[in-house]
Amino acid sequence: MLEVNGLVKRFGGFTAVNNVSFKVDEGEILGLIGPNGSGKSTIFNMLSGTLAPTSGSILFGGHEIAGLAPHRIINSGIGRTFQIPRPFRRLTIFENVALAGFYGQGRHSRARAEEAAERSLAMVGLPTDRHASVDGLGAAGLKKLELAKALATAPKLLLADESLGGLDEAEMDQAADMLRNIRDELGITIIWVEHIMGVLMRVVDRVMVLDHGEKISEGLPSAVAGDPRVIEVYLGTDAETTQAAAAEARRRAGG
Amino acid sequence: MIGQGRLAAWGIGLAALVALPFVYRDPYHLHILVLILIWSFAYTSWSMMGRFGLVSLGHGGFMGIGAYVTALLWNHLGLSPWIGIPISMVAAGALALIVGYPCFRFRITGHYFVLVTLALSGIVLQVITATRDYTGGSLGYTPNRTSGNKLLALQFDDKTTWYLIALGIWLFGIVVWHWVDRSMARYALEAISEDEDAAAAAGVDVTAEKLKITLLSALMTALAGAIYCQYQMFITPDTVSGIAVSLQMVFAAIVGGLFVSLGPTVGAIITILLAEALRIGFGTKAVGWDNLVYGVLLVLFIIFLPKGILGSLLDRLKPQRKVPRAHEQEVVQIARPGT
Repeated sequence: MLEVNGLVKRFGGFTAVNNVSFKVDEGEILGLIGPNGSGKSTIFNMLSGTLAPTSGSILFGGHEIAGLAPHRIINSGIGRTFQIPRPFRRLTIFENVALAGFYGQGRHSRARAEEAAERSLAMVGLPTDRHASVDGLGAAGLKKLELAKALATAPKLLLADESLGGLDEAEMDQAADMLRNIRDELGITIIWVEHIMGVLMRVVDRVMVLDHGEKISEGLPSAVAGDPRVIEVYLGTDAETTQAAAAEARRRAGG
Repeated sequence: MIGQGRLAAWGIGLAALVALPFVYRDPYHLHILVLILIWSFAYTSWSMMGRFGLVSLGHGGFMGIGAYVTALLWNHLGLSPWIGIPISMVAAGALALIVGYPCFRFRITGHYFVLVTLALSGIVLQVITATRDYTGGSLGYTPNRTSGNKLLALQFDDKTTWYLIALGIWLFGIVVWHWVDRSMARYALEAISEDEDAAAAAGVDVTAEKLKITLLSALMTALAGAIYCQYQMFITPDTVSGIAVSLQMVFAAIVGGLFVSLGPTVGAIITILLAEALRIGFGTKAVGWDNLVYGVLLVLFIIFLPKGILGSLLDRLKPQRKVPRAHEQEVVQIARPGT
């Protein structure tokens, strides 16, 4: 369904994403993990059109979408959430989602948009009351609203960006189950970007690990979790360099 | 949704406004009312985009184009305003697109957008002044009086006729305001004014939506300029164009209330009564004083009454009518810190 080949993004002299290729099959949940600054969000922004790739191709359903304007990509069937929720505070919760339902589905009719809004709000467990203000939502509620907005655009592929940051453990489990429900019930393919490995590993079919803009591992969650390169990125080198730095500091202080 | 009561109130109010010139015929007062209605329409046109954070100081330019193009076509080519006005509107619309497209495409927003539009206003004023062989420059310009069909020339001596025309135009502006307010485009524009990337991620074509509202606003403003010219039969660059006119639009819309349909109308009543009071009270000594008062009032309003007179009044009267939108609440919190 999605085929990414040789994707590169440079900001001046800095290469944020370096020659990344991957595939996503219809109906799967692909986890995308990596430390801060590894290029996950940059990849997302290129898939959703917020950033144009420096080079490389993105085929979605057989069509090249690299470099298209965001609204075109959304209309072609890719929905996204933002890492930090970006609700429209001038609109009610319902209007936020109805907006996405209207413009995300090629501006058909208001009735259809409002229907999509009701369905999406119910799916994520937010009230479908038309007058509820966004200001009443907490961190978990805002993340649900992000998801509802993305769902209202009727995506075939959902890009969920670190949707669990800032939630407690129960909320995290709930959110992870919700993503799985979305896939199971609506048949939406999902790419899920996340810092937190634990919950993600439980839900995803496949994992891809990024470090410094490059793909370092890909496969089943169990295999990836045991990959020495992944362990090194997440735990190893950090601990070693910290120890080395501490030893160096001690040596200098002594001498 | 408009309730039964509000619809009835609108109906009664409109009937009273239509009946007024047949009952009350004082020409000076009717003249003031016509001015208020025409400027209300101009301010409403400005607020169409101003309410979405698209603050334009270029609308004096659109108004000037509406007035001058219509008058020039009439005097030089003998083209009836019925054709001249649409042409002037198309000219203003084309200019709006030429200025708007690069701004929106390349994300020139906020203060930078204001500066671009300010330049637009200045350029139109300069062009009118510089082509004085055709436009009369800063001395002003008068459409030729017709000796033939008055309807064809859109020239009427009768104040009642003008009052009814102005009332119709004003009502048209209010209807368009409500039409936009109830459309999905309002959701999109509110979203864009907050966060363009997030709006695009909801599927909104940000550039197109901003262009559409700018075009609509410019077309209406040009119409206001043309109607003003036909009514006054005398225009100068300073009264229909330039930065002073643009600033007056901003002032009136904010003072009256940006987020309610009749806000700009209230703003027009205040600005025109103020200008008239100064003119009558102080005569030629007070020329330009109104702009000074506008400036001071604008500062005071932005600080203390950001929703404008009508917006604040409606909130006070019917606090339960609707949940204030979040950005309106924010403004209130700024006004009352610590609550």
